[in-house]
Amino acid sequence: MSGQRPDTFDEMIDAEGGVRAAYEGYRQWFDEQDPQGLKRKHQEAEAFFRKTGITFNVYGQDDAEERLIPFDPVPRIVTAQEWRRLSRGIEQRVRALNAFLHDLYHRQEIIKAGRVPEWLLRGNEAYLPHMSGFTPPGGVYTHITGIDLVRTGPNDFHVLEDNARTPSGVSYMLENRETMMAMFPELFTRVKVAPVSNYPRRLARSLAACAPPACEGRPVVAVLTPGIYNSAYYEHSFLADQMGAELVEASDLRVIGGRVQMRTTRGFKPVDVLYRRVDDDYLDPLTFRADSMLGVPGIMDVYRAGGITIANAPGTGIADDKALYSFMPEIVEFYTGEKPLLPNVETYRCMEEDALKYVLDNIADLVVKEVHGSGGYGMLIGPTSSKREIARFTEKLKANPHNYIAQPTLSLSTVPILTKKGLAPRHVDLRPFVLMSPNGIEITPGGLTRVALKSGSLVVNSSQGGGTKDSWVLEE
Amino acid sequence: MLGRSANAVFWMFRYLERAENLARLLDTGFRMALTRDHLTAEEEWRSVIETAGMRDSYQEQHGTYAGIQVWNHILRDRNNFNSIRSLIGAVRTNARSARNVITSEVWEAVNGSYLQLNDLLARPVNQSGLADAINTVKRESTLVRGAIYGSMLRNDIYNFARIGSFIERADNTARILDVKYYVLLPSLSYVGSSLDNVQWETILRSLGAERAYRWLNAGQLDARGIADFLILDGRFPRSLAFCYSKIRSNLQSLALQYGEEVHAHEVMRNADLKLQDKNIDLVIDKGLHEFLSDFIACNNDIARAVETDYRFTD
Repeated sequence: MSGQRPDTFDEMIDAEGGVRAAYEGYRQWFDEQDPQGLKRKHQEAEAFFRKTGITFNVYGQDDAEERLIPFDPVPRIVTAQEWRRLSRGIEQRVRALNAFLHDLYHRQEIIKAGRVPEWLLRGNEAYLPHMSGFTPPGGVYTHITGIDLVRTGPNDFHVLEDNARTPSGVSYMLENRETMMAMFPELFTRVKVAPVSNYPRRLARSLAACAPPACEGRPVVAVLTPGIYNSAYYEHSFLADQMGAELVEASDLRVIGGRVQMRTTRGFKPVDVLYRRVDDDYLDPLTFRADSMLGVPGIMDVYRAGGITIANAPGTGIADDKALYSFMPEIVEFYTGEKPLLPNVETYRCMEEDALKYVLDNIADLVVKEVHGSGGYGMLIGPTSSKREIARFTEKLKANPHNYIAQPTLSLSTVPILTKKGLAPRHVDLRPFVLMSPNGIEITPGGLTRVALKSGSLVVNSSQGGGTKDSWVLEE
Repeated sequence: MLGRSANAVFWMFRYLERAENLARLLDTGFRMALTRDHLTAEEEWRSVIETAGMRDSYQEQHGTYAGIQVWNHILRDRNNFNSIRSLIGAVRTNARSARNVITSEVWEAVNGSYLQLNDLLARPVNQSGLADAINTVKRESTLVRGAIYGSMLRNDIYNFARIGSFIERADNTARILDVKYYVLLPSLSYVGSSLDNVQWETILRSLGAERAYRWLNAGQLDARGIADFLILDGRFPRSLAFCYSKIRSNLQSLALQYGEEVHAHEVMRNADLKLQDKNIDLVIDKGLHEFLSDFIACNNDIARAVETDYRFTD
């Protein structure tokens, strides 16, 4: 337990050393296994991933064009009951996010009511004036959301981040399960786990349900990827393959006759729903970044005229802005009329003078994040940073406090991983994937568990040495 | 399907076929060199480079034709766009780009081959490792072909893959014949010369045709028979006639699926005319070299027509 805080909640083992209910079946099975056999299976899993090509490109590293995200063979398990509570909270949150986006781009009631300050929008690049007064097909902004959750106790899940732009990682959720079932088939006959494999089918159905007014007949769905050198290309191709959708690049698309059309072997053919894995900025060089090679000139005009559905809608990024995050409790309450079922992590907005003072005084105990950063870059984890690192970060913070928020370092829960010496606890988070269409909200049971492989580390990002686990929701 | 995906599948299979053909060519060169004295061996290796169409890239780096230099240039030189290592990389890049139109069986076969060959060719290959490298290329190529045969729908995607394979194969057979056409000419060869026998064997071997030919001809070699077999015999899977019958039927399947013919079908019919009703005497009388040059140009025309008519690029 080196480097671990004593108040850490371990999801498998309770304070008395007993096995918690969620893990009983698994632990029984585990104790019957030959440790050498488990190690061998673990290695096989890696060969399997490499052969399947489930790789991740790490930016800024030339030597490793494609890398594997380490996979840990010990599942992360929650009970059906825990999941029911969680999913109610997630659904409430996503509903609120969607209502909030609609409001921001229309009447802005929440600002008029003084619950969210107007300055949050002003000068915020994630807020797209082009979306004002426009309602996306079916009224859906957040077709796909990934809600990052952390756990601190038996009933304490907090939302760490709402990923409302183009959350990634769902292919790992699916492939991790496939791998586990291939490695340990007998385990799945002993422990009943809610399936996740229907996610691509649900995604295809959910996207098709948001077809634009111009769509005739069965909606044509396409996944827009920046191309094979993008870090998440594997996932883009995987999802297109699993959905039976086309995988398009910008060069395949052109606006013809008021529709976005793709170049097929038989000529141009309209796309109805575009699941884009390209950021807003790059979507349309005529509207946003003129130098973008990844977008489709004129797509925004087609969009506003009802010729195509873009998922997620442009401008959803404002909802997962880290400065806005701190207002989420108010936002949830404003649109649902209910108290948030899932709490936020306490957040200090460094642009506020009192908050900044507090953050500077307590920086060694806090996590400080860039408002627009992602992927674990541009952040400071006070307790694990050196004095020099803290001093350097303090300078950056003082120079531009608007750009930062700070949060207490939570004692993230741990789940064991398989190490050379057997099971050892490591910190984890959880990203469930949520689909929204006019027909409702669907949450795939489980999600992606990311795990910090280094003992005591709190950084679970795959770009910084994190791994993943299969995530189980037990069936009743 | 997307034009870009058709392009990727087409080139994926062209490059795969090219890699396999190179492996066969290396195999032949190696065998020949082993049975020769030092000087003739160099001449054999020079001829291999020539046949592979790598004279320029090779001469940029090497002055002599030592075997080990030649096979490493063909097998693994990264500066050589057509080295087997470069080709297998290009096969995989195209497969990744077409990932959602090929089955996971095909993708895993390609990716597995890439990982294995990349590892095998990471270090220079010496004489004792050459046979293994050659066999691995041939085996992996067979695996990918088996995967597409056993797992892909017979639709446009499959047809573009097959057209790519057979365009490349026809080109390869025609080029090998063209480099050595003179040894097959009756006026320059006289039956029974041991040198010609060896040269004829080289041609057959580098097209994997030596056993089939012997089996059909009770072990007798003759120049005319060999030319006939490699150009016109529709039973042999690397003959020009066989490749054309395949391209033709794959183009027909495309017309059937799409409900219309395109210009490429016209080009194919014209190319067919040049092979139809030919017998080998006619070909040789008119000039083998001219015939082969014309064939290579026609074959390119078919490929270009397919690429254009099916909108491979913008």
